[in-house]
Amino acid sequence: MVSDTSVTLGGIRLKNPVIPASGTFGFGFEMAACYDLNRLGAIALKGTTLEPRFGNPTPRIAECTGGLLNAVGLQNPGIDALVSDIAPKVRALCDTPLIANISGFAVDEYGICCEKADACAEIDIIEVNISCPNVHQGGMTFGTDPAAAAAVTRRARKATSKPLFIKLTPNVSDIVPIAKACEDEGADGLTLINTLPGMRIDIRRRKPVLANRTGGFSGPALFPIAVRFVNQAATACRIPIIGCGGVSTAEEVIEMMMAGATAVQVGSANLRDPLACPTIIDALPAVMKQLNIDKLEDIIGII
Amino acid sequence: MDKKRYTISANIPIAPQVYRMELTAEAAPQLRAGQFVEVAVPGQFLRRPLSVSLSEPGRLTLRYKVVGGGTAALAAMQPGTELELLTGLGNGFDIDACPGRALLLGGGIGVAPLHQLCRDLRAAGRPVTALLGFNTASEIILCDELRALGADVHVATADGSAGIRGFVTDALQQVTPKFDYYYVCGPMPMMRALYPLLPDCGEYSLEERMGCGTGLCFGCTIPTTDGPRRICHDGPVFKKNLLPW
Repeated sequence: MVSDTSVTLGGIRLKNPVIPASGTFGFGFEMAACYDLNRLGAIALKGTTLEPRFGNPTPRIAECTGGLLNAVGLQNPGIDALVSDIAPKVRALCDTPLIANISGFAVDEYGICCEKADACAEIDIIEVNISCPNVHQGGMTFGTDPAAAAAVTRRARKATSKPLFIKLTPNVSDIVPIAKACEDEGADGLTLINTLPGMRIDIRRRKPVLANRTGGFSGPALFPIAVRFVNQAATACRIPIIGCGGVSTAEEVIEMMMAGATAVQVGSANLRDPLACPTIIDALPAVMKQLNIDKLEDIIGII
Repeated sequence: MDKKRYTISANIPIAPQVYRMELTAEAAPQLRAGQFVEVAVPGQFLRRPLSVSLSEPGRLTLRYKVVGGGTAALAAMQPGTELELLTGLGNGFDIDACPGRALLLGGGIGVAPLHQLCRDLRAAGRPVTALLGFNTASEIILCDELRALGADVHVATADGSAGIRGFVTDALQQVTPKFDYYYVCGPMPMMRALYPLLPDCGEYSLEERMGCGTGLCFGCTIPTTDGPRRICHDGPVFKKNLLPW
């Protein structure tokens, strides 16, 4: 029997559940020189704001055991460039569903960006990021309070009829009320988790490694934390979840799905190995056979 | 970008904390002068970006300085060890941009990529003058190799223990070389000091702490006169008119 790796996310069929995570896949088209982007389940495009942003000063990267800190700070050319230039450029390279990742500093900014993404034919899914730890206002603050998360979701829901996912931060004491607030306001799904805020110090220079002082921690060390968050949200909510955090093998994709994820984003693994996503996708059928899984969708949330 | 396993054939200290590593692989792709590789180091999450000193058929030469745990682990590796590399990263130097006499300016471990640059410029029939700066005489590398390629090499040391006393900027002012195009690679303070002393007809190879080395993470972005650019993906070599210094 042929292993069926396809899943349905927000009504859209993905040929497999593997999605490069926003911010770890360039603008979306760079890797086309290395492999066929059609192999991917979907592509989460670089986080976009209403206005172009340079982001934070360098150094923006600090390595850690089991991952890295980043403080890129939402460098992006703005939503207008995304819809008029970047999304069409990626679409010209593949038929893979494209996920626009939207960030903002005020509820209305999220709304305007979602309206523009909604009007963009090349964009299939909108992922609203209320979890960026590297900007000094907005960003993560919307994701740490159920009422604020609800307000952003409500505004984004009004702005689009496309599948709407809200990307949540792990920097909270209880994810359930935030996840439920997004669901109640009409989100079609959730992405969990974004990075954990962290810091490294250069002990010789006696200064923070990152120019921004702090950054978001990601990488394999995050995986068990992400599995726990996904499982908690999946247990509390009925909407589908994109699991994200430390995934770098086909086995971890399956574990994340058993925890409750319908699809899985691969982030930092792309930074160590730019071929991480196709490698995981290639490995999935054999791992499924070993585990007696015929259809990947059958294992979603089984625990 | 190409992902390939290489075998270390030599890993030799050539100056304090500086090593020359030779790697071999069948059908190794030829790399342009000024491109870099990302080396997977066991125990480190991110790869280490290292400039290519020389690319020959089936062989790659790196000259690198030990600056932390990753490069220290590399320095301890024995011949026969296999390493997985991403190769062919970055744009490399623009050899064709030099219409005649070339001037190379390098400092410290930043001289590493000038080896292949010099070879390729000489192969294109360009006369080459090289001004190389080091802290002290024991840190001098690559002079003999560049001279063997027919370059006119001048050295400056900060402590005056060899060649001209001072920095590459001092060498530039004392030697007053004639050139039609120039290439710079070295520490940021050196490049910024050279920038106002040199005309527009040249390029600078930049360095920044990188995440991926392949353009995916936006960790090494710099402002340019044409907007933000990723050093790993759009550089590391930038024409002078792109640098807003």
